[in-house]
Parts: sequence; structure tokens; C-alpha cells
Amino acid sequence: MSKIIELKDVNKWFGDFQVLKDINLTVSSKEKIVICGPSGSGKSTLIRCINRLEEHQKGDIVVDGMTLDANTKNIEKIRSEVGMVFQQFNLFPHLSILDNCTLAPIWVKKKSKKEAEELANQYLEKVQIVDQAKKFPGQLSGGQQQRAAIARALCMEPNIMLFDEPTSALDPEMIKEVLDVMVDLAKGGMTMCVVTHEMGFAKEVADRVIFMDEGSIVEEKPTDQFFNNPENERTKLFLSQILN
Amino acid sequence: MKFINWSKQNLFANWKDSLLTITILYLFYVSMPPLLNWVFLDATFFGDSKKDCTGDGACWVFVNVWIKRFTYGMYPNDQIWRINLAFVIFFISIGSYFFVSSKIKKCIFIFLTVIFPFLAIFLFHGGSLGLEEVETRVWGGLFLTLFISVFSIIFCFPIGVLLAMGRRSNLPVIKYFSIGFIELWRGVPLITVLFMAAVMFPVFLPSGTNLDKLIRVIIAITLFESAYIAEVVRGGLQAIPRGQYDAANSIGMGYWKSHLLIILPQALKIVIPGVANTFIALFKDTPLILVVGLMELLGMVNMAKTNPAWLGLATEGYVFAAFVYFIFCFSMSRYSLGLENKLKTTN
Amino acid sequence: MKLLRKNIEKLNLFLENYPKIGIYFPQFLIILLLGIIISYFSMNASTNMAARGIETGFGFLANKASFDIQFSLIDFDSNDSYARAYLVGLLNTLLVSGIGIFFATVIGFFVGITRLSTNILASKVAEAYIEIFRNIPLLLQIFFWYFAVLRLLPSSDNSLILFNFVFANIKGIYIPRFIWENLNYFLYGFLFSILIIYLFVSISKKKQEKTGLQVPTFTTSLIIFFTINFLVIYFGQVGLTLSYPVLETNRGLHNYMGGVSVIPELIALAFSLSLYTSTFIAECVRAGILGIDKGQKEAAASIGLSKAQILKLIVIPQALRIIIPPVTNQYLNLTKNSSLAAAIAYPDIVLVFAGTALMQTGKAIEIVSITMLTYLTLSVSISIFMNWYNKKNSIAER
Repeated sequence: MSKIIELKDVNKWFGDFQVLKDINLTVSSKEKIVICGPSGSGKSTLIRCINRLEEHQKGDIVVDGMTLDANTKNIEKIRSEVGMVFQQFNLFPHLSILDNCTLAPIWVKKKSKKEAEELANQYLEKVQIVDQAKKFPGQLSGGQQQRAAIARALCMEPNIMLFDEPTSALDPEMIKEVLDVMVDLAKGGMTMCVVTHEMGFAKEVADRVIFMDEGSIVEEKPTDQFFNNPENERTKLFLSQILN
Repeated sequence: MKFINWSKQNLFANWKDSLLTITILYLFYVSMPPLLNWVFLDATFFGDSKKDCTGDGACWVFVNVWIKRFTYGMYPNDQIWRINLAFVIFFISIGSYFFVSSKIKKCIFIFLTVIFPFLAIFLFHGGSLGLEEVETRVWGGLFLTLFISVFSIIFCFPIGVLLAMGRRSNLPVIKYFSIGFIELWRGVPLITVLFMAAVMFPVFLPSGTNLDKLIRVIIAITLFESAYIAEVVRGGLQAIPRGQYDAANSIGMGYWKSHLLIILPQALKIVIPGVANTFIALFKDTPLILVVGLMELLGMVNMAKTNPAWLGLATEGYVFAAFVYFIFCFSMSRYSLGLENKLKTTN
Repeated sequence: MKLLRKNIEKLNLFLENYPKIGIYFPQFLIILLLGIIISYFSMNASTNMAARGIETGFGFLANKASFDIQFSLIDFDSNDSYARAYLVGLLNTLLVSGIGIFFATVIGFFVGITRLSTNILASKVAEAYIEIFRNIPLLLQIFFWYFAVLRLLPSSDNSLILFNFVFANIKGIYIPRFIWENLNYFLYGFLFSILIIYLFVSISKKKQEKTGLQVPTFTTSLIIFFTINFLVIYFGQVGLTLSYPVLETNRGLHNYMGGVSVIPELIALAFSLSLYTSTFIAECVRAGILGIDKGQKEAAASIGLSKAQILKLIVIPQALRIIIPPVTNQYLNLTKNSSLAAAIAYPDIVLVFAGTALMQTGKAIEIVSITMLTYLTLSVSISIFMNWYNKKNSIAER
């Protein structure tokens, strides 16, 4: 399998505070990894660096053959190949769900409106909210909004999907509907990096689980071994807290 | 070194920023020296008449000679101590408010809102207990600015609170009366309200009664500002969660009890910054009273500049007045901003 | 004391038994009180008016005004009626408000955006501008520009002349009057170019929807506009001559005649209103832009939109929704504040109607009511608009 994301000795500081310390990570095409860890451990920053919503200061990040650094001219191109789903959904409140989905295909990929709408309907169908297409984000439940956000990202037909705690802002009864969509997506063969505390989801779909603490990767193992045989004390403590 | 880094980030980040920074600095370079020369270096500060101003700069002698009139209006010179005394009492009680225990705070608050107004009016106006009577038509200057704004706000606060409660009432007559009253005053400019006070009030009163002009003006400003206060207070009432009303009702409190003991204390705390902003607006509006012939600070400056011995010094007068208003308004707005931020963090 | 408490208890018990009284009684009381106050006032008013020999009613509006107005947009002389004087005042109010609103908006947006600049110097200058002009009373600013600055202009015979085009002196500012030849061709050409641009924009929008092709509409529109207008001016022989104001001396008095004159009162008033209101608009603009969640820009970036596209498609549409209601409110405030015109004798509705006309007729009640009602109508119509706008947006978003 080919490498699609490669991070080498990545370091990042917010002022004097170091959020990422010598991160090394490779993700192969079609691989699904789950990143977990206590809050403030730098896991969100890590995946935000992958589509350069945050700039790293030291080290190399290569995504789909393109190196991310200050000289990168077309960040937009990389971003259009990397989909991202946020904790707070971040749907555009002034546009309908359909327009949220067609916006980027029209303006970035220069598709015609009709084409873009067909595409959007196809993905809205996939996340099962095609009947809500004409509504505005504020009229939808949290779970529906997050599924719409996933559809919006998918409309750019990305090679990689990043999820930044996609279920943390949801009411318990809505978590499942979003996770189901994500499981579906994983089965379809998408490359996925997911920051989440949903260990059930990790067990079901992840190839590898990464545990981060205080800015470094503490433990990185195939899913089975991670849950059955964690080595690091901090991982054990974290797992015991989150699983009970 | 740190400065170079800082300016590189904040002033010269790219060529556009650099161009902007250099343009601004150049404009400063061109405009500041003449301005400073006019205000300070070439200005004359001391003297008795316009003839003493020989430099090219500002003639601050004008302000210096007239400062008493700008502060107290035409109030008799030998009675000015009465105004000073009242303001000293006022500022001492406000100042000490921040340093004493909460029990004494309550006493000071009651003193300021209930006793002090009468005391102040007695001191200013006199007419009994051996104090000479000073008619309101000679009141003026900054003293009048402060007098009108403080008294108007004291009067319009309770009216505003009642109107705000009225607007949220379930009783249609009271609700629509409040809405009509509030929207009427918010819809018209203050100057028309002052005209109304000047020419319409006398018509509505029984012939022969002559209501003092200052009182008419204060009534007009109170009616006008109470509408604005009402809207500010209504914002506070709306911010109180429904649960507070339910909780008050559930322990058997009626409308008045629940409002006085539960709702208003919480709502009024939230609206302090809004009330402060309304007060600033009111303060900035006081110069308008010159259209009905009362002369507060700006009015006095306007009069002084037409004095034959001091012609051509309008700029100095206005700059001085602007400086005084600015100090008051700016410090009050910073204070209310501070309160707002404090409220935001405590909630 | 004991008796009182007992009676209150009785009253409470009574009210509990008849709850409807608690609802109707206070309302009845208010109506009664209002009735008493109104009838008391009108009784006094009618005796006072009778004593002074003033008739009530609005018939005076048709009477001859017999005063002159220094500046008016429509023809007016002392033979015209009070009603026409009212109209002159109203138009002058609207004129100065319109000018003020235009400049306040331009300056306000500029300053508000500068306030958010990453260049600290620029941001601080914008902040200083806002703090200075919002914390000095408007009336003082008007006086300053009118009495201190514009009064420093030279007398008519040695006017300040800018580019041989603008003549400024203590009596006002004079610019040449435009005299057109074949103006109708130019106007038709102008309208034609607008129409073409409109068609072009809608066609290219449709085309984009169909095929995804993006045309640089803005640049092309500019090219269309200039080409058509240039051709029309060239071939239609549209000519423009300027009729310059000429300094004339009449019995030792110097005056500019001809040209277009703008009176200093209008300049001072429009200038101060713009500066003062622009500070409030700048704060609205700043709040509007800051009010957009950071996540919105991130989400837009994450789907590959460029910086310019994010601004055009995400930031501006959302910011405008936050900005428009408070800015409309500021427009209303500006219009109300234009009534300060009376203090420097700019003939607005307050000066002409509530000032001169009232002085002449003595009809205090009628005239003050008409003036207030005029402003009230403006306010109410604007707040109806704002309610409609807010409702429209809240339906779309929630």
C-alpha cells in the first residue's frame, strides 16, 4: 500500500507552549486510523496540520505527494483533496444544505450548477438527509447537521477524510447516526484519520489506534493490540477511564 | 531586538503593511509639529486680555479668563462655594463608596439617591435658612451640564423600570400604553421635545402658572431618556431565564414581590453598562438645551466667543469644551466597558 | 398600623376570590388617569388659546407664509403657503440626511475595517478616530466646523480657489454649473450600457450554472461601460461646458453669481453628521466581522475555497446580516440628529417649521405635533423595515 500522508519530526508551538513534539506518522492509502488522548494532548492540532489549518514550524508534512510548507502555493488544491469534518459542524448558516454542498464544487472545481447539485444529492442520499436539502442548517438537529457537513466534505470527492471529534458536540441519541455514516464511509475504502473518544467505533473500523499525550505520540498499535495489550502506563490509565 | 521583531510582525508584515505604516508616519510627521506648536509651544497661557496673546499659537488666555463662567455660568461669584461644597460632598461619597463595607455602602447609596438631591437643590437654589436665593436663569456652565444630566438620570430611572415592566406585562392596556410611550419618545429628536417643553408646556398649564424653564427642560429630558432606559432595562429583564420567574412563583410570590426581590435585582445588575451608555448619551445631549436659552458649558463658550473683547477665539473655546466633554465621556465609556467585560467573565 | 395590616389582608383575600379584578382594575386605573390628564391639559389649552385669541386647527397651513428661506430645493418665496414651507424644510432635512448617510457609511466601513487591520499602527489610528469623534457632543462638532473652521475662510473677494474649479469663501462653496449639449444622448447611452451589463451578468451567471465556466464579470462590465459611453460621447457629440461662478461687485459688496453654491451651514452639518455617525457605524462593522465564528472561515478553507472566495461567499454575506440592522438604526439616529441644524440656522424642518412658522403663527400644539409626527413616521417606517428584515433572516436561518 502506498503512503498518502507522511509526517516527519513535526514540531509546533503556540507562543512558548509546545503543542506537538517530534511527531512521526505515516498513513497508507485506504488506511483508517483513530487518534485518541486526553484533552489538550495536541490531537486536534495534529490533524489540523494535515490540511494546513495550522502551520507547523519544524519538520516535514507530505500529503498525497505534496509537501506542506510556507512556500506551498496552492494550499487550496491540497485542501480540496483532503476533506475535513469539525466538532462544531461549521455549516454555513446563510446557505441551504444543498448550497452548502454545491458551493465548493461550483467555485473550486468549476462544475456547472446542475452537475454540482446531482453530486450533492448523491452524497446527501448517502448520509440519508436528501429530504432536508432545501432546509437551512439552523432548522436541522445536531446529528443531521453533522451528516450534512460530512456530505459537504464528500462533495469535493477527497482522497482523505479528517474528522476532528465529530461526535463530541452531539446529544447521545444522535451519536449513532453519525457513526453509522462514518462506518459506511470506512467500508467504502476511504482513507480516514479520526480524532475521537468513541472506542466502539475504533474497535469496529480502525486499522491502527494512536494514543497522544502532552504533544507526543505515546503509543501506536494495530487496533487489537492497542485494546488488548497496551504497554504504556498512561494508555492503560486512559483506557480504564474511558472504557468504564 | 525585541522591538525589531515586534515591528516586523505588526507594522511591516508585507509590502502593503509597510506602505500603510510609512504613509501614516509621514502624515503624523507633517501634521503633528504645527498642531503641537499651536497648542503648546507658540500658545499664550497667561494674561488678562486678548492683547496678551502675541504668539502665533492658541490664545489660552481666553479660556483662562473665562474659566469661572465656563464652570459655573452666571452664578454669583461670592456664592460659588455652594456649588463646590455640593460637588465635594458628591465626590467624597462616591469615592468612599469603593472603600467601605457593604453595610455602609447601602447607607451611602440611600444618601446619594434620596437625601443628596434635596440637599443639592437646597444648596444651589437657596432662599431659606440664611442662604441667598439664586435664580435658575443664572445657573450655567459645566455645573449645569452635570446638574441636568445627573438629575434627569435619577428621575428617569424609576420611570424607565416601570415602563420596561409595563411593556412585558400581560395586561393589554398597560402593555400598549408602555409601547406607545416608549416608541413615541424614541422616534423623535430631543430638540423637538425641548421645543415642546418651551412652547407647549405653558399652553397646557393653567394660565398664570409659570413653571421654571430649568424644571421644564428636566421634565422633557426625563420623558425622553426614560424611554431609552426602559429599552435597556427590558433587555435585562429578557435576559433573566424563565426558570427564575417560575421559581419565584413556585414559592408563592406574587407579581410585585417576585419582581422586587428576585427579578429586578438580577436584571438591574446586568443593565448597569447599558444604563451607563445611556447616561453618556444624555450627557452628550445636554448642550442642546441652548435652543431654549439655557447655557451649559457649550452655551457659555458660544456666548463668550461673541464678546466684543474676545472675538476670533472660537477655536480655542471649542477645543477646550471638546477636551472637557471628551474626558468625561471617554472615562465613563471605559468604565462601562470594564463593567461589561467583568459581567461577561463572572457569568 | 394594625388596622392597616388587617385591611391589606382583607384586600388580598378579596382579590384572591375575584382574580379578574386584579386584571381589570389596574388597566381601568390607567385609562382613568390618562383621561383625567388629557382632559385637564386640553381644558387649560383651550382657555389659554382663547385668552390669546389664537384659533386652533390646521387651516393655517394654507395661509401665506410671508417669510423667506435661505436655501431650498424647490422654488419658494414669501408668497407661498406654510404647507410649502413645511415641504421645503422636510426636503432640506432629507437632503442633509442623505448626504450624511452616504459619507457616514463610506467612512464608517473604511474605519471599521481598518480597526481590524493586522497593522497595529493603522488599527490604533482608527481606534483614536472612533474615540475622539464619538465622545465629543455632536452639537459641539457642528459649531466647531461652522464657527471655527468655515468662518476662517476668506471673504468673497479673495476666495480660496482650488484647481480653478472650487471657490470657497465665507458665504459658501461655489462650483461651476454643468451645461450639457446633447445630454439626452449621453443619458440614453448610459442607460443602455447599464442594460447591457445587466444582461451580460445574468447570462454569464446562467452560463456558470450550466457549464461551470466562470467569467470575470467585474472587469468585463467595466470595459463594456466605458466603451459604450465613450462611443456615445464621441459620436453623439455630447458636450459639456462649465458655467463658472463669477465674482461680481455691487455697491462695494462682493459676491459670486452663477455656478452652483453650497451654503456653509449645509457643509458643516453634513460634515459633522458624517464624522459623528461614522464612528458608530465603524463599531457596528467591526462587531459584525468579529461576530463571524472562526470555524466558518476554517470550514470554508477546508473545502478548498481561496481567500478571496471565502471573503466573497462566506464572510461578507454573513457579516452584512449582522451589520445591517444596527446600521439602519444609525441612519435613523443621523436623521434625527440632523435636527441640530436649527442651532446653526440651516433651514431644516425644525428651523423652518418649529422655529420660524411657530413664531409667526403661535400655533404651538399643531406645529410641534406635526414636526414630531414627521420624525415619528420616519422612525416607525424604518423599524417596520427592520422587523421585516430580521424576520426574513431568522426564518431562513432557524
